[in-house]
Amino acid sequence: MSFSISLTVNGVRRDVELEDPRVTLLDLLRERLYLTGTKKGCDRGQCGACTVLVDGRRINSCLALAVSHDGADVLTIEGVARGDLLHPVQAAFIAHDGLQCGFCTPGQIMSAIGLIQEAQAGDDPERIREGMSGNLCRCGAYAGITEAVLDAQKSLAEASQRRSA
Amino acid sequence: MKNFDYVRPSTVSEAIAAATEPDAAYLAAGTNLLDLMKGGVVHPNRLVDVTRLPGLDRIEHLPDGGVRIGALVRNADLAHDPDFARSYPSIAEALLSGASAQLRNAATVGGNLLQRTRCSYFYDVASACNKREPGSGCDAHDGENRLHAVLGWSEACIATHPSDFCVPLVALDAVVEIEGRTGRREVALEAFHLPPGDTPERENVLEPGDLIVALRLPSEARSFSAHARYLKVRERTSYAFAVVSAAAALRIEGGAIWDARLALGGVATKPWRARAAEKILAGCNPDLATFRAAAETALADAKPSGNNQFKIALARRIVVRALTLAAAGTPRRIPALPASPFSSISGALHGA
Repeated sequence: MSFSISLTVNGVRRDVELEDPRVTLLDLLRERLYLTGTKKGCDRGQCGACTVLVDGRRINSCLALAVSHDGADVLTIEGVARGDLLHPVQAAFIAHDGLQCGFCTPGQIMSAIGLIQEAQAGDDPERIREGMSGNLCRCGAYAGITEAVLDAQKSLAEASQRRSA
Repeated sequence: MKNFDYVRPSTVSEAIAAATEPDAAYLAAGTNLLDLMKGGVVHPNRLVDVTRLPGLDRIEHLPDGGVRIGALVRNADLAHDPDFARSYPSIAEALLSGASAQLRNAATVGGNLLQRTRCSYFYDVASACNKREPGSGCDAHDGENRLHAVLGWSEACIATHPSDFCVPLVALDAVVEIEGRTGRREVALEAFHLPPGDTPERENVLEPGDLIVALRLPSEARSFSAHARYLKVRERTSYAFAVVSAAAALRIEGGAIWDARLALGGVATKPWRARAAEKILAGCNPDLATFRAAAETALADAKPSGNNQFKIALARRIVVRALTLAAAGTPRRIPALPASPFSSISGALHGA
């Protein structure tokens, strides 16, 4: 039994034929659409490396069945920069050394974008740490990640104020 | 993962008909189900995707003062609903202390009630587990069992129920609305999960095809909003299941406790309502002696199921702490680290 689904991925409509309903959203992105920026870490919802935004919300794509997300709007790490212009969260991760090996970084950045959009943490580092606890970093770059998220949140808020002024 | 048939019904009655087939399972977010399927712990022949069923994603405030929460409401949406969080702060705190932000964005209210235990012998298909395979035995008995149950367990099963959400819900008399082949019925959450006894594979009252459509809280539940907390001891600062947890809710008038609700998590195969302890609290002053007496009563029947004697003392202390903090008053804002017993100590650093 095969399934035809269509998703919007990074602003582009993608029609995909699934031979099998077992395909996760993560595997669809990586193995069918060749968007390998989204990483497969644990594949069991424990590490956050596969974090993407679905309809504007961060989720673990390894625990999402692709067929159940027919029609969804998906944003992955490949879709956040504008050409050579990095997303403010990407730039802040570089500025604050929010990474070492880089494997968890796409998930960290997508999770940070989701966290900032959720607007629950404010500028409290403790709330940022708690809000990012679903993303493990085995290099232990947590201190830089927290600083990067705080900094990016501030620059996004300032940019939005400039736009509305 | 074993292959399965996938269907996506558009009405509740179609869903029930599709899920009445043997070995069918409902799929909502799948945050627990897919994990179990990947591990070969469960292997349904058919997944009935309920995520498109209409009308199940609403939070409705009822004319009688109660609230009705659709089964497909996402954990994060419920916890961040301002009116809900104000009226039922311990439930919002429990939700925000569970899992990670990514999982809370996906996981649903109905799915939370149906979470399976995190007992590692249940997850390890090479181990004996009466819950996974009835009659095969229980390797947890002589295994790594320091986090297992201390109340309500049986020889057949010593697993614990992992939900945070269910703990304040059971304390506040939540009711589960179920739609099945013979129509709609309601079951108190306290009676929804079954004690393990000799049939630990039977975890709740659902019959084949039964679908949880909503959860309801009676109007009385919001009368505790000024003094309600959920506290949870974890083995790491965040993103961990409870070792022991407690939901405490008090109605204090004229300096005395008029009414009390108390439930524990992480201690039994089901969310554990401590009714005898509630009776001790009612009519007393909200002081340490009263809270200690309530904690003694709440754990009076506790016995270790293995190398977990410490959980009984820990549970007593978390009950005292939850009652003390509830009496002190619901914080204006949920603490930075929701449900942490350490979060209210001024100057404490978390994850620093």
